[in-house]
Amino acid sequence: MGGYGQPRRVFGVLIRIDSVTKRYPDGTVAVDRLSLEIPDRSITVLVGPSGCGKTTTLRMINRMVEPSEGTILLDGKDIQQQPVNTLRRSMGYVIQNAGLFQHRTIVDNIATVPRMLGWGKDKARSRARELMERVGLDASLAKRYPYQLSGGQQQRVGVARALAADPPVLLMDEPFSAVDPVVRKGLQDELLRIQDELGKTIVFVTHDIDEAVKLGTMVAVMRTGGHLAQFAPPAELLSHPADEFVEDFLGADRGIRRLSFFSSAGLDLLTAPIVAVDATAEQIAARGTGDAPYLLVTDRGGKPLGWGEPRELAADGIRPAELLPYGRPFVAGTDSLRAALDCAVLSPTGWAVAVDAEGRAAGVVSQQAIGEAIRGAHAEGRENGGTTPAKSDTVTKVTG
Amino acid sequence: MNVLNFINAFFSDSAHWKGYDGIPTRLWEHIWYSLLALAIAAGIGLPIGLLTGHTGRGGNALAMIATAARALPSFGLLVLMFIGLGLGLLPVMIPLVILAVPPILVTTYEAVRSVDPSPVDAARGMGMHESRVLLQVELPVALPLILSGLRSAAIQIVSTATIAAYVSLGGLGRYIVDGLYQRDYEKVVGGATLVAVMALATLGVFWIANRVAVSPGVRRSN
Repeated sequence: MGGYGQPRRVFGVLIRIDSVTKRYPDGTVAVDRLSLEIPDRSITVLVGPSGCGKTTTLRMINRMVEPSEGTILLDGKDIQQQPVNTLRRSMGYVIQNAGLFQHRTIVDNIATVPRMLGWGKDKARSRARELMERVGLDASLAKRYPYQLSGGQQQRVGVARALAADPPVLLMDEPFSAVDPVVRKGLQDELLRIQDELGKTIVFVTHDIDEAVKLGTMVAVMRTGGHLAQFAPPAELLSHPADEFVEDFLGADRGIRRLSFFSSAGLDLLTAPIVAVDATAEQIAARGTGDAPYLLVTDRGGKPLGWGEPRELAADGIRPAELLPYGRPFVAGTDSLRAALDCAVLSPTGWAVAVDAEGRAAGVVSQQAIGEAIRGAHAEGRENGGTTPAKSDTVTKVTG
Repeated sequence: MNVLNFINAFFSDSAHWKGYDGIPTRLWEHIWYSLLALAIAAGIGLPIGLLTGHTGRGGNALAMIATAARALPSFGLLVLMFIGLGLGLLPVMIPLVILAVPPILVTTYEAVRSVDPSPVDAARGMGMHESRVLLQVELPVALPLILSGLRSAAIQIVSTATIAAYVSLGGLGRYIVDGLYQRDYEKVVGGATLVAVMALATLGVFWIANRVAVSPGVRRSN
């Protein structure tokens, strides 16, 4: 219905934070001479340990906190130049725990800002219903109250409410921190999908570096005392951390995490060690002579069932119940090298199973082959100046 | 003779249902004094409670004044007002209002303070005016507690409004004061029963107000 077919209305705008300091009356400095250029139509993540001033920085953009020094420019205009409520209505605001109005129905929660802007009730509500669809909420929830929704659904309502008046900017303050990991992943994927459609300027605060790397087009790592430690695309952050602090913050497995930015498309998948469940002993024997110590057995539709030893399979016939589990497969080409490596590590045979989009076995690949692909990808990364092509086509300018 | 006999005798006497000293007249007088006192007390307690609760300032001073006001004996105050102001409605209203303001003020303050801060933060962040934040975000959520403050104030007013009879005013206290004076215990018990019934009716009114005014989203989530 509604929004999908329509042309995009309001795109994100550039936000320039220019040498901004926030000093509290007691002398505490929350943010210290911070300069950042937040690119338009992309997600910029502010990440850091607690007390690093990331939330203060976010709240200075909609003037929930007034800076002590410095200026913030929104689309080239000083944010101090317009009335504070006008400014805030041009920015969606999403907080932890969603902050829904519990006395209002879901549809009226979402319609809040349009109503404040003077829209009629019916127009605001139909806009709200359109947004429910956009954020993946069932229309039957419209007349419910917040207490009837799960944490994840409430957070979706929070995002829909922030988007209701189609603001160019979306400010998100640890929006997904309070939900469980499975729901969080769903919300993150949904945000990326929505951003793909809408092209807003999103400023996203989190303390979770994985979330930052996953969502950010650009990631600003901040350190205690309100200093900017590094501002870079996530792949560059992982390959070239600016200093020890950033390296520590990224964690011990940043090498593994970096693999998320390399596609599994280049892997050489072997199809020889795959047999169907109804294969004859001769077929099994013929397949079992290849490089793989095990054979992957699939059902008649090509979906993987499990691993078996060639000699045993040939001798005893294929008994699906006795096969070794094949673990979680990766989707060839779509998933990253990190997912492929994970599959191989988790597989009892040390071989990862690649499937196509329909879940049919597309091939198998050994840990060794994945290792070679990783070395190849790193070499290519170095030639490209340390960044991978996946996400680095945006502004990488660092000021201050 | 027991209390039930008194009650039966009082209410079955048709003389008690007519004239300026009849039950309908006294009941309406009582309701009128109570409503007036409650309206004045709410007029003072609600705005101050809402504002102090919203801003978070003045909470300590408020608690102190409220405690002090609660310690004042209503009857003593009535006598004092009577000496100072003479007969009339005003010396009755002052002790009743002083009795009713503290529960309204303190619960309203507490009710607004205890509203979850995150919807308030969200409302400000989306550019809502402060007055609307108070009236459209905090008030609806604080309403059940505010109503409970009004309810206890109303019940105290209804039972204490009987003292109006001491300064020659009407109301249900008339039966109690006159009955005691005339040693007509039928009247005393009848008057006391009516006051008790009115207190129960007040509870009923507030139960209905809670049903009508509080959003199902708030009622069910608490």
